[in-house]
Amino acid sequence: MPNAPSVRSDKPRRPILHLLAGAVALLGAGLSPARAGGVLTVAMTAGDIPVTTGTPDQGFEGFRFVGWSLYDALVGWDLSKSDQPSDIIPGLATSWSVDPNDHKRWIFKLRQGVKFHDGCTFGADDVVWNYQRITDNKSPQFFTQQFALNRAYMTNVANVEKIDEATVAITTNFVESLFPYTMSYVPMISRCRAEELKYDWNAYAMHPSGTGPYRFDRMIPRERIEFVPNKEYWNPKRVPHQDRMILIPMPEAATRVAALLSGQVNFIEAPPPDSIPRLKAGGMQIITNVYPHNWPFTLNFVKGPFTDIRVRKAANYALNRAEFVELLDGMAIEEYATLPPTMNYYGHPKRYEFNPTRATALLKEAGCYPCAINLAISTSGSGQMQPLPMNDLLKSQMEKVGFKVNFQVMDWNAMLQIFRGGVDQFPDVHGVNGSRALTDPVLAIIKPVGKAYWSPAGSNWGHFYADDTEKLVGEIFNEFDPTKRLTLLTKLHELENDYALMIWVVHDVNPRALSPKVKGFVQAQHWFQDMTPIDVMP
Amino acid sequence: MLFLILRRLAYAAPIALGVSIVCFSLVYLAPGDPLQTVLPADATADVIALVKHEYGFDKPIPVQFGLWLWHVLQGDFGVSIGSRRPVIDEVLGSLRNTLLLTGFAVPIAFAVGYILGAIAGCTPGKWIDRVVTGAAVMGVSVPNYWLGIVMVITFAVELSWLPATGMGPRGSDAFSIFSADDLRYLVMPVFTLSMVPVGIIARSTRAAVAEIRGQDFVTTLRAKGLSEFAVIRHVLKNALPQVLAVMGLQFGYLMGGSILIETVFTWPGSGFLLAKAIINRDIPVLQGAILLLSLVFVATNLVVDLLQTAIDPRIRRA
Repeated sequence: MPNAPSVRSDKPRRPILHLLAGAVALLGAGLSPARAGGVLTVAMTAGDIPVTTGTPDQGFEGFRFVGWSLYDALVGWDLSKSDQPSDIIPGLATSWSVDPNDHKRWIFKLRQGVKFHDGCTFGADDVVWNYQRITDNKSPQFFTQQFALNRAYMTNVANVEKIDEATVAITTNFVESLFPYTMSYVPMISRCRAEELKYDWNAYAMHPSGTGPYRFDRMIPRERIEFVPNKEYWNPKRVPHQDRMILIPMPEAATRVAALLSGQVNFIEAPPPDSIPRLKAGGMQIITNVYPHNWPFTLNFVKGPFTDIRVRKAANYALNRAEFVELLDGMAIEEYATLPPTMNYYGHPKRYEFNPTRATALLKEAGCYPCAINLAISTSGSGQMQPLPMNDLLKSQMEKVGFKVNFQVMDWNAMLQIFRGGVDQFPDVHGVNGSRALTDPVLAIIKPVGKAYWSPAGSNWGHFYADDTEKLVGEIFNEFDPTKRLTLLTKLHELENDYALMIWVVHDVNPRALSPKVKGFVQAQHWFQDMTPIDVMP
Repeated sequence: MLFLILRRLAYAAPIALGVSIVCFSLVYLAPGDPLQTVLPADATADVIALVKHEYGFDKPIPVQFGLWLWHVLQGDFGVSIGSRRPVIDEVLGSLRNTLLLTGFAVPIAFAVGYILGAIAGCTPGKWIDRVVTGAAVMGVSVPNYWLGIVMVITFAVELSWLPATGMGPRGSDAFSIFSADDLRYLVMPVFTLSMVPVGIIARSTRAAVAEIRGQDFVTTLRAKGLSEFAVIRHVLKNALPQVLAVMGLQFGYLMGGSILIETVFTWPGSGFLLAKAIINRDIPVLQGAILLLSLVFVATNLVVDLLQTAIDPRIRRA
């Protein structure tokens, strides 16, 4: 393997200035609340360290811990509150607006004075360069892995152009009023660093440079990655309080719990529900919050029993969701619609409360009694909660009302093949149990019904189509008044329940366990979280 | 001797090839996609096609295998699909970590197993034999992943004496066998890993010693007036070739890395690497790791054969 090119140090190059700055900071420290610093050691559920070359892999956990630590996108997320759903806020762009004469053209005003960790200044050229990196396979910076990871976010991007040093215009393929949400998933990496390393992305992975609140310090592949605070972060409110953040991939839940209880880590993701009493007894903090995540079955609308709305309704009436919450020791919320009730476009969807008599009657009315169904479930996977015991319960409840449930059990990798292949490739699968991230309206309620998103081109796995939902999606995309759009989104969400679009089971509450020494964490109602305010007490 | 070494090395090539073909086929028989780690869950058909082409997975499977083999013969094991690091770096790094674990587990397992087996073999039917045999059966029978979890709960969680997981407070790169703090991370995985070989070696040694003690030459030794200690020394020397064969297999087993032990303790060795490669269908890593591990296994057996020959010249003549 050729030696990696030498890399410019990320350390400050003007020691006198920084000493002065340090002195000022010390003086200021006497006036502001004390920061404990400390080392935050996080046990992630990820099986490996998420990639550091831009958009991470390992799902939204990769974004949460690596992506948004090293990098920023044009559009950010407000993760500072726990009492209301997170929404987008200015990131590397201070503002954006649609061109009044051309609704396919968006103007983004860029933040000035932002520097990458390598010292280079962020500007419009970097935005254009970054988009070429993930879309234009003729550009020298094109990187197939990043192309693949970003493809879903780039579907509607036709062109990115520099207007001036502080402004870029992004042209879309079709009018989409919700387009800024898409821009919140595309991190900006350093052109300087990539050019310095001659586009050797393996070398870049070991020397990443972004504009984010943390700088890369060291990585042992497959074992750990360590970050230190970016003291010159453009948003002073988000300069990390800790001295260091260490991320360790630890996919085994029991191992994470043992690591926390033995003091090897001080922050773990997704402790299993049955470990909560032991963790509490050990003095650990258990933090939960409602967030945009659900655990439904996505259904086949082309072939099989679920093409009949009565069968879909029967499946929803069959479920006693309180028993699922009990099974999970309270670490879930009963799910009666795609969105959790705290979302501002939840509305008043029809609730399919537990009613076994009604479920049986509907199955008989549909002429599907007993009703044989074939469901794909996984043994584990990203956001899949406790899939095997939960599906055992689901099967027992559904069979009591007249379903005859056959599970195709597979690992997460095989399940992803079914997701990607869609109903055309897997026509005999009547439903797929996959947790969903509902971070924005397009992901949450538009993709599951829009015809443009039929699999395998998109995530409308079961090829759902209805004239009224399709019309509503068009109206939402063409509505630029946020208040009016909110009304339309609410209507779509309610309409999806009328169609019994999915079998809704539970919403996750995203449990985390923290050492009592960890202070200051605010669990946002989101998949992403802000780790910067955390202090680790001695 | 040289001819023996060359002949055994020649045997290694078809064994390694056979192992590679079987493992390659098994990976493809399992459902799932080797590009899972680099593709998002909602990747579209055009993206999948482009990435498949980029990684060479659009070619027929026999062609993929042939190309891989051709590159391996030139010393190129490819790059990991997930991390994009050279497979050889990934595998050698993990083998180093497993070697460290094995380097502690093997002497312990061999010494304890051999001594216990010898004691039991020399005292057949007595209480000490029953105790040792019972302990050996327990060592073989207790699932080592279960033992590992129990140890973690007891010594890491409840007593806080030892760290629960990982390889040193700063990771494997900074691990030093001269640091007491680092060595604490070895205690539980080494103990757990050595339990099964201790049991197997003790039972094998007991059987070999008991059998040899009944042979005519032992009676002759006693008739010549040798002390019991001298007799036992002869018995143990004669039992050694049989026990060595078992030890060799156990060393290969330990070097192959116990997937379960390394997963329970998050020890970044070859077993841990293999487990991740299987879950992610990281075929280049899987292939490279299996090939190198099979070569280690073959080399270990070769060394054992040579040792057996050195200890007992009758084997060479045979």
